[in-house]
Amino acid sequence: MHRTLLLLVAGVSLAFGVDWFLGEFIEEYVVRIINLCGIAIILAVSLNVINGLCGQFSLGHAGFMAIGAYVSAYFTTTLRVLNTETGETVVRSPLFDGAWGFVPALLIGGMAAAAAGLVVGVPTLRLKGDYLAIATLGFGEIVIIMLTNFESVGAARGLPGLPNYASSFWILTFAWICVVSSVFLQRSTFGRALIAIRENELAAEVMGIRVARLKVMAFIYGAFFAGLAGGLLGHLLRTISPSTFGFMKSIEVVVMLVLGGLGSLTGAIVGAIVLTVLPEALRDVEQQAKLPGIRMVVYALVLILLMIFRPQGIFGQRELSLKLLRRLLPGGRK
Amino acid sequence: MTALLQTSGLTIQFGGLTAVDAFDCAIQPGDLYGIIGPNGAGKTTVFNMLTGVYLPTAGVAHFDGTLINGCSPAQVSALGISRTFQNIRLFDELSVLENAMTGAHQHAKINLFDSLLRTPRHYREEKRQRDRAYELLQFMGLEERAGLPAKQLPYGHRRKLEIARALATEPRLICLDEPAAGMNTGEKAELSALIRRIRDELKVTVLLIEHDMKLVMGICEKIQVLDYGKTIALGTPKEIQSNPKVIEAYLGGE
Repeated sequence: MHRTLLLLVAGVSLAFGVDWFLGEFIEEYVVRIINLCGIAIILAVSLNVINGLCGQFSLGHAGFMAIGAYVSAYFTTTLRVLNTETGETVVRSPLFDGAWGFVPALLIGGMAAAAAGLVVGVPTLRLKGDYLAIATLGFGEIVIIMLTNFESVGAARGLPGLPNYASSFWILTFAWICVVSSVFLQRSTFGRALIAIRENELAAEVMGIRVARLKVMAFIYGAFFAGLAGGLLGHLLRTISPSTFGFMKSIEVVVMLVLGGLGSLTGAIVGAIVLTVLPEALRDVEQQAKLPGIRMVVYALVLILLMIFRPQGIFGQRELSLKLLRRLLPGGRK
Repeated sequence: MTALLQTSGLTIQFGGLTAVDAFDCAIQPGDLYGIIGPNGAGKTTVFNMLTGVYLPTAGVAHFDGTLINGCSPAQVSALGISRTFQNIRLFDELSVLENAMTGAHQHAKINLFDSLLRTPRHYREEKRQRDRAYELLQFMGLEERAGLPAKQLPYGHRRKLEIARALATEPRLICLDEPAAGMNTGEKAELSALIRRIRDELKVTVLLIEHDMKLVMGICEKIQVLDYGKTIALGTPKEIQSNPKVIEAYLGGE
C-alpha cells in the first residue's frame, strides 16, 4: 500500500516535472509526439493484458477508445451551456469544471468502456482465435456505425471543440498509472492465472482457475484503459469523429504489440513508442529525400522485415530488465 | 465407511462408440487405487468424466456425497479432485515455482484491487502461495529448479511438476494419468515412493492410471481393469495377476 502511494506520488511529480520541462524548453511539435506516445503506451499496455497475457486475440480496442472518448467528451462539452446573460460558457455540474473536472470525465469514460468490455466479454468468451478476433472486430464496427448515425453526437462530422485538457501532465500521469498497475497485475495471482489460461486453457480450468471470469476481467481491465486513452486522445486532438476510432486504429495497436513482442509489457511500451515516432521521423526523411509517400513504404518494410527475421517481436515474451541488459552486454554473465 | 468417490453406471458415448460402459467404482479415503487396461480401454476418458472435462452420457458420480457430473472442471477442482495429464500440460512460459503457485490460485481470497493496489492482503496471499508451492516442490524434489521456466525442465521433472501443481490445489483425491510414462527404471522407483508418500504423508487419496505393470502392482492396493470401456476385473494385485480375463485382454485369447 505504501509502495503504491509512493509510486503514485513519484509518478505524478515526475509527470509534473516533465510537463513543465516540455512546456519551457521543447518545441510544440515534439511535445505533441510525446503526448501521442503516452497515449499509445496506455493502449498497447492495456491491450497486452487481453492479447498478450490472457492470449485472447481482440481487435476491438478502438471501439473501447471511441466509447471512452465520446463519453468523456459528453461530460466536458455537452454539459457546458452558454449563459445567455453573461455570454460565458458555464458548466452545469461543478464536478466537471475546469482542468480538474477532466479527471472525473475521463474516469467515467473509462468506466463506460469497461462496461462495454463486460458486454463484449461475456458472449464472446466461448470464441477462440480467429473467431474471437472477428467478433471483437464486429464490436468495433458496431460502435463506429452507431456513432456515425447518431445526430446527437455529430454523426459522421463528429464532435468539435473539445476543451484543451489533455496536457502532457495528465497523459503521462495516466500512462504511468496504466503501466504500474499492469505490472502489478502481471505479477500477481491474477496475472499468473491469465498466463495459465493462455498457455493451456484446459489445464488452467482443471487447476480450479475460473477461466470465464478471468477472461472477462481481462477484457474489462483492457477496455477501461482503452477508454481512458480514448478520452485523452479526444481532448488532445480536440475534435473526435467516428473515423478516428476505425478498424485501422485497432490494427495499429495490435501491430505495436506484435512489434514489441506479444506478452511482453516492456515490449508493448517500446512498440508503442517506435510506431508513434517512426512515421514522424520518416516525415523528415521524406522531405529531405524529396520522395513524398516513401514514409509508408519504409514503415511497411520495417514491419515486414521484423516479421521475417524476428517473428516473436523485439522482446519475445521477455521483459526488458536490468538483469536481461546485463546478460546482453559484452562481458555479462551468460 | 462411505466411499470418497463413488460412481455407478458411468457411461459416455461419442457418436456410436461407447468409450466407457457402466463404470462402477468405490474409492475409500486413503486408497491407492489403480486403473489399468490396454490402450484405448477408456481409462483417461474415466478421468475426463470425473474431472468435469467430459459430461457423461449416463450414470452418476458422487464425490464425498456431492453429485459431480455436470460440474465444470473448476468446480470439481474446488470440491477437492485434482489431476495430472497423460500428455503433459504445464504452463511453459511460467517458472516451475509459478506453475505450482497457479494450483494454489483457487484458494486466493483476494480481489483484483488488492493486487493492483498492493494491499497487505496481496502480499500475504503471494507469500501463502509461494510457501505452499515451494513446500510441494521440495516434496517432489524440484526445489532446486524453482526459478527455471517450466519449458526448460527435463521430461521426468515435468511429470513431477504436474503432480506438485495438482497437489497445490489441496485435493482430497488426486488422479494421476500415467505419471511414469517415459521415465527410466530409476525414476520409476523414485516415483513409486513419492506416490506412496502422497497418500501416507499428505493424506491424499490416489487414483492412478498406469501402463507399467510393475509399478501398479507394486504400489496399488486395489486395481480395476478396463477393456473396451468395460470393467473386466477388480481386486488386489494378486487376484488381478491370476485373473484369466485380464491375461486374455493383455495377451489376447485363442
